[in-house]
Amino acid sequence: MNDERKIRVLVAKPGLDGHDRGAKVIASAFRDAGFEVIYTGLHQTPEMVVNAAVQEDVDVVAMSILSGAHMTLFPRVREMLDAEGADHILLTGGGIIPEDDMAALREKGVGRLFGPGSPTTEAIAYIRDWFEEQGERV
Amino acid sequence: MTADVEARYLPLLERFRAGKRTGLARAITVVENEQRGFEAFLHEVLSVGPRAARVGVTGPPGAGKSSLLAMLAGHYREADEDVGVVAVDPTSPYSGGALLGDRIRMNDLATDPGIFIRSMATRGSLGGLATTSKEVIDLMDAFGIPRILVETVGVGQTELDVTGAADTVVVVLVPESGDGVQAMKAGLMEIADIFVVNKSDRPGADRLLKELNQAIHLRTGPGGSSTAGPAADVPAHHGVDMAAAMKRRNEERGEVKKPRRWEAPEGWTIPVLKTVAQTGEGIPELADAIVRHRAHLVESGELADRRRARLERRVRDVVQRRLRRGAERAVAGEALATTMKAIVDGSDTPYSVAGTFIRDILERETNG
Repeated sequence: MNDERKIRVLVAKPGLDGHDRGAKVIASAFRDAGFEVIYTGLHQTPEMVVNAAVQEDVDVVAMSILSGAHMTLFPRVREMLDAEGADHILLTGGGIIPEDDMAALREKGVGRLFGPGSPTTEAIAYIRDWFEEQGERV
Repeated sequence: MTADVEARYLPLLERFRAGKRTGLARAITVVENEQRGFEAFLHEVLSVGPRAARVGVTGPPGAGKSSLLAMLAGHYREADEDVGVVAVDPTSPYSGGALLGDRIRMNDLATDPGIFIRSMATRGSLGGLATTSKEVIDLMDAFGIPRILVETVGVGQTELDVTGAADTVVVVLVPESGDGVQAMKAGLMEIADIFVVNKSDRPGADRLLKELNQAIHLRTGPGGSSTAGPAADVPAHHGVDMAAAMKRRNEERGEVKKPRRWEAPEGWTIPVLKTVAQTGEGIPELADAIVRHRAHLVESGELADRRRARLERRVRDVVQRRLRRGAERAVAGEALATTMKAIVDGSDTPYSVAGTFIRDILERETNG
């Protein structure tokens, strides 16, 4: 009935580092792009991320990881999402992540990841394009 | 209109009824997006009627609603009661986007399986809640969650939708919220069943507390009625208990007082409580006041009245919403433009054209 379906995105900042500027920048950019952004603050465990994603029934989980723990955190959240029956959720994110790691994570079902200096418009376009291809979920 | 649930919703219905949290989450999405067939879906799952205790928390931005609500939810969790939370934040009228940040204050509860938190954006609704927040509360209720807390956006004075969503309304203020004259104003101050002065470790808390108490007494006479609490023997108006006098008069004339939502119910003294949500100070007292208010609602029959009033409003809302949507669709795009020529050259009038649109809308609504 709504003309335009809203894209719901969970912006999560897992891990122990306290650098949430990137997460806040991307959350604001998503909001300005017309997304509904659920922001949960610092120090999220994978359990917290997955629980919030399920309850909020988001389309996308975007994680910001600057601590170097990306090879652990992304696959862990992916596995837990899948185990909850939320394999339809796009898991994407950004941070200081080497290209090789990005490729390795792709193999594990993680979406595109954005390194330092990526324009927010790129991430927005990526999510929009992905969302376009999804049907209405029931 | 209450056609059968569409076949594509049947697996969802099953998951919902089986108590799967993903089922509740997706049902909320279907309703929030007003996806085709959502009304029949609601009709199907809501046939059990309201059971949960619904508490609304409202107040100006930054009053500490989220923190207070998180503490309250934690309090209920200690007693092992499941809690549902609906937290509303505003949609940008410019971008259509929203930043929903209420979960930040609830991180302590983030992985507790006994709590289900759902953030909603207002999506253009102006009453302090999202268009479908009430329906989402109904869904949580039907899912079997016994306590539901709803947090409005930060409100000014007249965003009062929460009264249509909750049995008990808690109005949260802070010492900086203003003086007693603010408390006498119409709107927000009239809907409180319980007042909370949060951040009460700040200067001015006691002054606000006192002024709120005075405003309540000016409004309702001694404690709302002659039977109420500690203030009951204090004369409200030169020794005359106006509320009791009015009641007597109405009874003599055989007039039954119609319950109006924004009146403090008889026999209920609106408590004014102090809290510091950051530390949890005053939370047990608030929880206790909510319990007492609920008991009062049940005993006085007010709960049934409020529910009925709420349902009346719901029917009105749904009718208006559907007709408004129908109207928007009907006059969108070319449809309106093509009628313009006749109106401009004078061979037709806006009134007859509107009449035609209205007949079309009604026909379409009737035929599904």
